[in-house]
Amino acid sequence: MTSPDADGAGLAAYALALGDDALVLAQRCGEWITNAPQLEEDVALANIGLDLLGQARTLLTYAGEVDGQIDGQIDGKGRTEDDLAYLRDERSFTNVQLVELVNGDFAATMARLLAFSTYQLALYEELQHSADPTLAAIAGKAVKEVAYHRDHATSWVLRLGDGTELSHERMQAGLARVWPYVGELFDASWVAPGLIEQGVAVDVRALETGWRAYLDDVLAEATLEVPDVAQRPGGGRRGIHTEAMGYLLAEMQHIHRSHPGARW
Amino acid sequence: MSEFTAEGGHGAVPTAGVPTDEGGVPSRREWPLWEVFVRARRGLSHQHVGSLHAPDAPMALRNARDLYTRRGEGVSIWVVPAAQITASSPDEKDAFFDPAADKAYRHPTFYEIPAEVRHL
Repeated sequence: MTSPDADGAGLAAYALALGDDALVLAQRCGEWITNAPQLEEDVALANIGLDLLGQARTLLTYAGEVDGQIDGQIDGKGRTEDDLAYLRDERSFTNVQLVELVNGDFAATMARLLAFSTYQLALYEELQHSADPTLAAIAGKAVKEVAYHRDHATSWVLRLGDGTELSHERMQAGLARVWPYVGELFDASWVAPGLIEQGVAVDVRALETGWRAYLDDVLAEATLEVPDVAQRPGGGRRGIHTEAMGYLLAEMQHIHRSHPGARW
Repeated sequence: MSEFTAEGGHGAVPTAGVPTDEGGVPSRREWPLWEVFVRARRGLSHQHVGSLHAPDAPMALRNARDLYTRRGEGVSIWVVPAAQITASSPDEKDAFFDPAADKAYRHPTFYEIPAEVRHL
């Protein structure tokens, strides 16, 4: 194990949860390909999805490696990124519910991307300095990618919010749709004891103020209101998902499960 | 429909001149066309690489980054509204370019290059 101080199972679970966030949102971004308002936006969302997929691959691979070094695992070998992406069931996925919600319209998609990428950028900026060198390296590479995701979402939220009456209305509705799920981003209760104290995991509770300040600025400039809606109970980190998750996994996993080992 | 005018500080969704359906609902419109110029590295000039659609200049720049510099092709991008480019007309090609064809003296081939001069 690369960081002897960290508990292996906890570290694997941590990498897996961050990887699941990226993997599931990558799948949602991919759904826009051929469906976006313009060809150029198809490409932008595909790029963002592929960035996230790249992050998911490294995080899942790392989770599998760390997990495989814990005593009691079969053969002492970890599961591969494909095992983890395609052969787990819904309850074993620990992504936040925000990323699994169906895309909705373009405004809702941009609202989600703004909320998530603002969080993920703050997370990776901290994680670059993780005591775990692998996590630090993964975050260091991803930070520039996610800065662009946030920039893209910000651009659209500004344009749609401060555009026409119709675009404003739909942007506001998009925000209301994703807002009940943002609270879960800043829950740290699921992280294995010690990981935050050892400087391996990021204490997301400390990120909420900065996240909220950025969102407040963007929404104010976009002439949008912060939605006044109650938070959902969450539970994604414990494997509790919304009804959208099963459908997403069915589409993402069925080729691999129906044709094990299939290659291009 | 004159009541549909661009509004808001960002003016992102221009509605002036937007074709409208029956009932005055703005219909889906094409975004304006932008020409994209990319400079591959320092010291070279920008080269035209293609075009794209975008609602405004900053978005055109972002789209250009996604479409034309995915594989590390550039260090600088220009986007120019296609409508702002004045082009020579194919119909005037003969009058425009042919007169240069028989003026061989415009080519620098009528003097000896000294042996000491390199890189010429």
